[in-house]
Amino acid sequence: MLLNQFLILAAAMFSLGIYGLLVRRNIVLILLSVELMLAAVNINLIAFEAVLRTSEAIGQVFAVFVITVAAAEVGIGLAIVLMIFRNRKSANVDELDLMRW
Amino acid sequence: MSRLQILATEAEHAVEAGVTGGFWVDTAGIMLVLPLVAFLLILAVGKRMKYHGAEIAIGALAINSLWGTVLFVMNMTEGVLAQKTFEIARIGSDLVFELGWAVDGLSIMMYFLVNVVGLIVFIYAVGYMKDDIRVDWFFAAFSLFAGSMLILVGAPNLIQLIIGWEGVGLASYFLIGFYWEDMANVNAGNKAFMVNKIADVGLILGAIILGLAIGTFDFFDMSTAAFDHSEPLGAVAVVGGALLFFGAMGKSAQFPLHIWLPDAMAGPTPVSALMHAATMVTAGVYLMGRVFPLFEYLASDVRPWMVAIGAITLFAIGLLALVADDIKKVLAYSTVSQLGYMMTAMAAGGYTAGLFHLFTHAFFKALLFLGAGAVIHAVHSNNMSDMGGLRKAMPRTYWTFVVGSLSLAGILPLAGFWSKDEILVALGMEGYTAVMWIGIAGAFVTAFYMTRAVALTFHGDYKGHGHPHEAPAIMTVPLVALAIPSILFGFFNVPGWEIPGIGNFSEWLAVRVVPMGDEHSEAIDLVLAGSGLFAALLGIALGWMVWGKDRATQAERDRFEVPALYPLLRNKYYVDDLADGITAGTMGPVARFVNWVNDYVIDSIVNGAAFLTKSLGSFVYGVVDQRGVDGVVHGLGAGADGAGSALRKLQTGRIQQYAAGFVGGALALIVLFVFVI
Repeated sequence: MLLNQFLILAAAMFSLGIYGLLVRRNIVLILLSVELMLAAVNINLIAFEAVLRTSEAIGQVFAVFVITVAAAEVGIGLAIVLMIFRNRKSANVDELDLMRW
Repeated sequence: MSRLQILATEAEHAVEAGVTGGFWVDTAGIMLVLPLVAFLLILAVGKRMKYHGAEIAIGALAINSLWGTVLFVMNMTEGVLAQKTFEIARIGSDLVFELGWAVDGLSIMMYFLVNVVGLIVFIYAVGYMKDDIRVDWFFAAFSLFAGSMLILVGAPNLIQLIIGWEGVGLASYFLIGFYWEDMANVNAGNKAFMVNKIADVGLILGAIILGLAIGTFDFFDMSTAAFDHSEPLGAVAVVGGALLFFGAMGKSAQFPLHIWLPDAMAGPTPVSALMHAATMVTAGVYLMGRVFPLFEYLASDVRPWMVAIGAITLFAIGLLALVADDIKKVLAYSTVSQLGYMMTAMAAGGYTAGLFHLFTHAFFKALLFLGAGAVIHAVHSNNMSDMGGLRKAMPRTYWTFVVGSLSLAGILPLAGFWSKDEILVALGMEGYTAVMWIGIAGAFVTAFYMTRAVALTFHGDYKGHGHPHEAPAIMTVPLVALAIPSILFGFFNVPGWEIPGIGNFSEWLAVRVVPMGDEHSEAIDLVLAGSGLFAALLGIALGWMVWGKDRATQAERDRFEVPALYPLLRNKYYVDDLADGITAGTMGPVARFVNWVNDYVIDSIVNGAAFLTKSLGSFVYGVVDQRGVDGVVHGLGAGADGAGSALRKLQTGRIQQYAAGFVGGALALIVLFVFVI
């Protein structure tokens, strides 16, 4: 059965994503880490679909949804990052603590 | 009612009562209520009415007069004896408190008198009080008086009599102090009230003693018990009778409790006419008539004392009228003197004589007061030194005043002659010969001072200011209306003669439950009547010699001064000063003690209570409110504030901290789901 290898790959990619999300300071790299996590989820979805072969192909449909949402998210996210960079000349999240008490 | 009928026919002089019920008797209670309704109505709407409520007062008394007159005529022709009572309360098993109305010869006479004289005086008062202040209050209080007086005279028992007695006292107090802006009038009202209160103690104690002795306050039962020489009543009769007489002395102004009546002239003149001459002050005489059998059959030991007081009053107080300058005070002393006549007669046993004098006196004394009122109205002064020569300016007042004076003096065909003669005859027949001669001397004094009053007021030259005019018709018509009975009503009781078909006053008054034991002469005692008339004529002649000629000054007019007597009279026998001294001497320390108690004891209590209240208030404010309630509110606020301060630290604005929290939460959930559940 090939499922385990895919799950291990996905888990590794997700963990890498979490690591990047928590450790990286550059906001672009954080967004990339989020993309990595989403991709790991997609691998899981496709892998299970390939094994289970549901009649409605739910796994593939969800994967397409996730790709769509990820694209939209990256679009908005990069736009915000661009605006912040223009205003602050920096993409370091440590300096971006405006939204607090 | 059958018991009453039997007793009435048993009675010696009693006329058989033909009427013991029927419409007029059963509805007689309306007379007792109507003026009180008028009193309340006038208080409510009097201010807004055209004549300030006089319409209501006169309307009530007009209806009352109808009842009074019908009952009077029914009693003349058939005799009316009935009693209607309603039980109000029961004390113990057999002592009953009842309200109601008695209808017998005595009360019918008073119903007629109070209502008819009252109506005439009320009508007069509309003219007299025109343009005066507080007219609505005047008529309200006057109606209160009329109602209370009718409750008094209609009372079937001592308790209701006391209720009416206090009611008239209250109305009297209101009306004496009617012009309360002047402190002297207020003091006069207080004096009248307090002197009467002293006497009322006697009345109330007497009523309690007698009522408890025989277990009833009912007059008819009490009379029957006295007539039967009841054992328990006999035991307390002397004490109870003396106390009742003491009560009567206050209201009927007997020496030495007469001192309030002259001062009571501070009230408006119609008040003096109706209350302090015609009706209210005769309440004491009426009370003596109500409890007459008690003195006749049981308490005859009290009688000589009562006669003595009456005799002093009729003669000594009459003399005071000779030195008064205020025309109303002259009439007031005259009233006291005439009340002395009535009381002497009642005390001596002349039941009919005393009440007949009460009856005629009401008319001519009311007439004299109303005449004096018309004069005062014209010259704006009470003092005869400001009057004089008014007979030309005020002819109708003059002639009616002369009629009243002659009637009071006891000149032959007028009413006063017959009633005074009746008293003299009764005194003679009961064996009080000396007192009879005092009565004749009193007749001389009466004629003497009335001549003085007429001469100083209406003859000579006018000494006041302005031009006096005759009073308007609304005041002179009542004068004429009172002058007619002052002339004619004496013929009601001519000795040995009956008005054909309707009998005479003695018979009307004899409609009662028990005989009163008074004796009636069968014919005129010419010697006695002649002596009385001679004394009166002598008084007039002498008075005219002294005061007939006009003199310029008061001193000259008072030239008739017996050196030793004059200061005594001027100072009213020092009785007023004595009363003041007694009051100041005995009441002063009491008052000071009460004042001390007030200042130190009661004030401490009050202040202590205030301090306690204040402390309690401070405690409630400082501890309960400021710390307790406010503490909770502030605590809630501070708690929310503190929690907010603590929790807001979580809001760092650092994305990666949030993400770490998120991841940590997710891991925790995974641990929970995988390993725990």
